[in-house]
Amino acid sequence: MNAPLAPNGRYIAGIDIGTRMTKCAIFDTVSEQILSRATILTRHNLALASEKVLEEACRNFDATPADVFYVASTGYGRYQALMRQIQITDITTHAAGASYLFPGTTNVLDIGAQHAKAIRINEDGRVMKFKMNDKCASGVGSFLERVAKGLELSLDEIGELSLRSKDPQPISSICAVLAESEVINLVTSGYPVEDILMGAHLSISDRIVAQLRQVGVDGAITLTGGITRNVGMVKALEQKIGRALNVCQDSEYAGAIGACLLVKRRLKKLEMASSDQFTK
Amino acid sequence: MVVAGVDVGSTQTKAVVLNSNSEIIARGLVNTGANVVKAAEKAFQMARQLARLEEWEVAYVVGTGYGRYKVTFGDTQITEISCHARGAIGLFPQTRTILDIGGQDTKGIRVNEKGEVVDFCMNDKCAAGTGRFLVAAADVMGITLDELGDVALLSTNPLRITNVCTVFVETEIMSHLSKGKKAEDILAGVHQSIAARSVSLLRRVGLEEEITFTGGVSRNKGMVTALQEKLGTKVNVSEDSQFMGAFGAALFALDRADIRGNDGSQISEGTNREAARHDVHMRGGKESKT
Repeated sequence: MNAPLAPNGRYIAGIDIGTRMTKCAIFDTVSEQILSRATILTRHNLALASEKVLEEACRNFDATPADVFYVASTGYGRYQALMRQIQITDITTHAAGASYLFPGTTNVLDIGAQHAKAIRINEDGRVMKFKMNDKCASGVGSFLERVAKGLELSLDEIGELSLRSKDPQPISSICAVLAESEVINLVTSGYPVEDILMGAHLSISDRIVAQLRQVGVDGAITLTGGITRNVGMVKALEQKIGRALNVCQDSEYAGAIGACLLVKRRLKKLEMASSDQFTK
Repeated sequence: MVVAGVDVGSTQTKAVVLNSNSEIIARGLVNTGANVVKAAEKAFQMARQLARLEEWEVAYVVGTGYGRYKVTFGDTQITEISCHARGAIGLFPQTRTILDIGGQDTKGIRVNEKGEVVDFCMNDKCAAGTGRFLVAAADVMGITLDELGDVALLSTNPLRITNVCTVFVETEIMSHLSKGKKAEDILAGVHQSIAARSVSLLRRVGLEEEITFTGGVSRNKGMVTALQEKLGTKVNVSEDSQFMGAFGAALFALDRADIRGNDGSQISEGTNREAARHDVHMRGGKESKT
């Protein structure tokens, strides 16, 4: 943490560069609130994605990236955000973001396009333990993307559709690629689309619950990451876990928000340290 | 007398018609698609038409492959493991190890001197190391599956593919492309990655020469080269490697039809599949359709 400090700024930006979406949150240190949010598709140029999302988030409150005095990057592409002062791992930022959005959170489930993490945190929002699935797409958003592709549906509509299911059809393939073919076969065999979709959501939930068990569940579980946009997925997870999960509009931005908050915390610490020095 | 073997794979369905000298007289190949029953019928029909045969003229039909129970016109079903082994031994008698890479699964099979299956190992939970992995790579690169191997062979500096999961490899390929890496170097890496997985699968069943490569992926020259490099030895491949399962099934069909002929059951010229079916029934019907 040797990045230069600009002490007198007002806005902090957190940029979360995921494999599919890049998210940005702007924190206003005066009002102590999240002022703006933006999200764009990551595509292949991660540096460009981080620039664009920051511009868009600034445009939302008639500002420019020059008005932001501190940028923290997180997510899988965090080292590609060239304008960053600091990069923080996504596990830390999601933990911080989740406990800000839902105070009292003890477990965070962060499910993105290619990663799923179960995190156990303490009351300060610090990471105690985590479990991550990054070798295989079986329990992550990409699995749903493949299933949607097999059904010729968009990722945005599958959650709503799955809620209509009365008799979910489990997907036996663990592999996302093979699941795509299985789904096509289920359709030709005459199974309703909503049942196939709910089956897929439940199958993924099984894998995520297994991860959650490994870190141990303590209390309130907060769901973060792109998967929170999918209502079907939230329902399936709640069904498998057997209790309600914390989800809100900002859940997708938990990483970006957490990055802002960690910067704020760090600046405060430095400020205190320097004033201590002064008074001593 | 002629017999047939129909190998219904996850991606393609193959049919082979044999004469009584175990020579292939016709082949049929169709994409399996969603209607498996129809695919089996079409592949069989295609081979029959090439051989100018009516259905009743084919004395015995053996179905194999993942969709073998969908070969509704088949007299019996035999697993693809036995059929690939039988076919490989039939074409390359010194075969001791078989690598079968199909559309959705990869198998390592070890056979003894008599051509009996001693052990096998299979990867069917995940698309890594199967034909689907190559399909995904081809899609991302905008290259057809048929060109893939040839492009890979142009590589002078293969890249290492670090991911195992097909979905993640797609992202990895895109990231290499966006960094301006050469298509042939990426693809050579993809082929090497599959070769490495295949060799570890073969080691699990026990690697013994000669090694015969079968299944649809054996058509890919880049894959053959990558495998040979990884193994440090030559592998047997033929034009018919893709039809090996169907060929093996047809060889079994020939046995079955012969048994009927040799056991003095007095079936004269009207050799037809009804008689052969009867034969299976007489022998206990263990392998007959259920």
